[in-house]
Amino acid sequence: MTSTLQAQHRAPEVSAAGRSAGRPAGPLTRFRWALADGRVMTGRNMAHVIRSPEEIVIYFTLPIMFVLVFGYVFGSGMAAGAGNYREYLLPGVFVMTMLYGLGATASGIAMDVSRGVVDRFRSIPMARTALVTGRTGADLLRALLEMTILVVCGLLVGWQWHNGLLDALAAVGLILLLRLALTWVGIFLGLMVPNPDTVGVIVFPLAFPLTALSNVFVAPDLMPTWLGVISSWNPLSATVAASRELFGNPGTGGDSWAAQHPMLLAVGWPLLLIVVFAPLAVRRYQRLSR
Amino acid sequence: MTTQTSAVVAEGLHKRYGETRALDGFDLDVPAGTVCGLLGPNGAGKTTAVRILSTLLRFDAGRAWVAGYDVVRQPDQVRGVIGLTGQYAAVDEVLSGRQNLILFGRLHHLSARVARRRADELLEQFGLTGAAGRSAAEYSGGMRRRLDLAASLIMTPRVLFLDEPTTGLDPRSRNQLWSAVRSLVADGTTVLLTTQYLDEADQLADRILVVDAGRVVAEGTSAELKARIGADRIEVVVRHAAELGTAAGIVERSSAGPVTLDAEIRQLSAPVLDRVAALGDVMRALRDAGIAVEDIGLRRPTLDEAFLHLTGHRSGAAQPTEAGVPA
Repeated sequence: MTSTLQAQHRAPEVSAAGRSAGRPAGPLTRFRWALADGRVMTGRNMAHVIRSPEEIVIYFTLPIMFVLVFGYVFGSGMAAGAGNYREYLLPGVFVMTMLYGLGATASGIAMDVSRGVVDRFRSIPMARTALVTGRTGADLLRALLEMTILVVCGLLVGWQWHNGLLDALAAVGLILLLRLALTWVGIFLGLMVPNPDTVGVIVFPLAFPLTALSNVFVAPDLMPTWLGVISSWNPLSATVAASRELFGNPGTGGDSWAAQHPMLLAVGWPLLLIVVFAPLAVRRYQRLSR
Repeated sequence: MTTQTSAVVAEGLHKRYGETRALDGFDLDVPAGTVCGLLGPNGAGKTTAVRILSTLLRFDAGRAWVAGYDVVRQPDQVRGVIGLTGQYAAVDEVLSGRQNLILFGRLHHLSARVARRRADELLEQFGLTGAAGRSAAEYSGGMRRRLDLAASLIMTPRVLFLDEPTTGLDPRSRNQLWSAVRSLVADGTTVLLTTQYLDEADQLADRILVVDAGRVVAEGTSAELKARIGADRIEVVVRHAAELGTAAGIVERSSAGPVTLDAEIRQLSAPVLDRVAALGDVMRALRDAGIAVEDIGLRRPTLDEAFLHLTGHRSGAAQPTEAGVPA
């Protein structure tokens, strides 16, 4: 053999691993690999964030701005029925920030599939689900950071939790559960409109009315009846109401069945969204073939 | 695996995009350990064929196997033994070269340690060690293509698909890529290469399949095809249209085939075998006959002409490859 052969066949264990990847695997092994591949893709998406610091700055400015602008401007000017409007508002702002994160998820996945690299992902024996689960994993990590920022900012503007740390953590958990569900909606949207620029434009007109038609800013009981019904059944409202209850913030309760069972809905809505959108998104991704 | 085994087989592949038939009864049989070149103009169906064989694209009818695995029924097994380098570098633009190779190694289920080592080996092999930490977006076209090829070689594929691997590359990068391909082949990898350049197929491929309108229209070694495509052509433009006939008689004596005339531009052209001798002979004879010549030159047959010859119609996409000698 000539010297041009050099390095590429120097790694016998590499070749051995390659052959084993070619063998059909049992469902358990496949599931294990799907998790591992999803984790690797999560790492890849996090590396993207780390490599573009300007994006981090822009991304984390939003939650800070939301808390400061809404907390101070609205929080100073209005009074909620049962107490401080700022205390009422902040759980809503937390949830609203999670909703706007959907835009980043959608454009992230649209970016992924519009680039040539998706051909490589699809031509190597990695789990078919890893691109989407990796996006979900990374966005959830991002949401965790965002929540930390939101809570710290919230505390700075005078918001507090009143029912102890465990309940507060449970509230954060519910908010992240909603974010998890929203990543699947975002992935589905991103795959339906595989143009990163278009996606960013689409998300805002969806997110804005969804926020307004919820209990984020105004209690549904204060709205005209039909709006109030829509608003109290809004998935956002469920999570907001449940987290208000767990944080011990004002504005809980209401006349509707939905308002009286926020915990159930705050778990049920996200699970329903996941059950519907996760398979849709995965199927859509698997059918992408150009 | 013996040399008799087929590494890539396609039987009667059909693929339609709306009204367009991208593949229309495409057949292929590449013996293991050989390089097969798919030669054809844009839109001939080469890329469609490669994307089907590398499991990226569904097809409407036909069957295909890669390394013995059915492309439709055993896509994961196929993905485990192939490498793919496309027209556009399929690498992550944000990540660095090294991060890219580690990522794809991990997704090939190498351990973190082995993936890192393999990445470093490949970076070294493709001369990218110096740029290993830079984002792929900052790479030149040639570097990105090399990174792309390196990513295809992480697992030393049994079958490597190269879809127009050197389109847009400078000659040096092209030669580097060619030599990397040759060394892989020397170690037993089967290569299916698509190209618009006769030259590239000539350099790398053991057998060349000429593809047109979604099917293989001619097949042979480079020498066989060249003999069929035809020789170089001599082209003469005379000053006075009246002298075309006389000039044609002179050119015919040195030509290896019929002389074609275009009265409108006062041009005649004919195939020649020994290009340099023919040019000298024709120039001398025309001067002796006192015919005023405006232009004379030699031209290799363009891919377009090759297609005209092999398929009986124009491809409409190939670009002329001028190798003329100005008079």
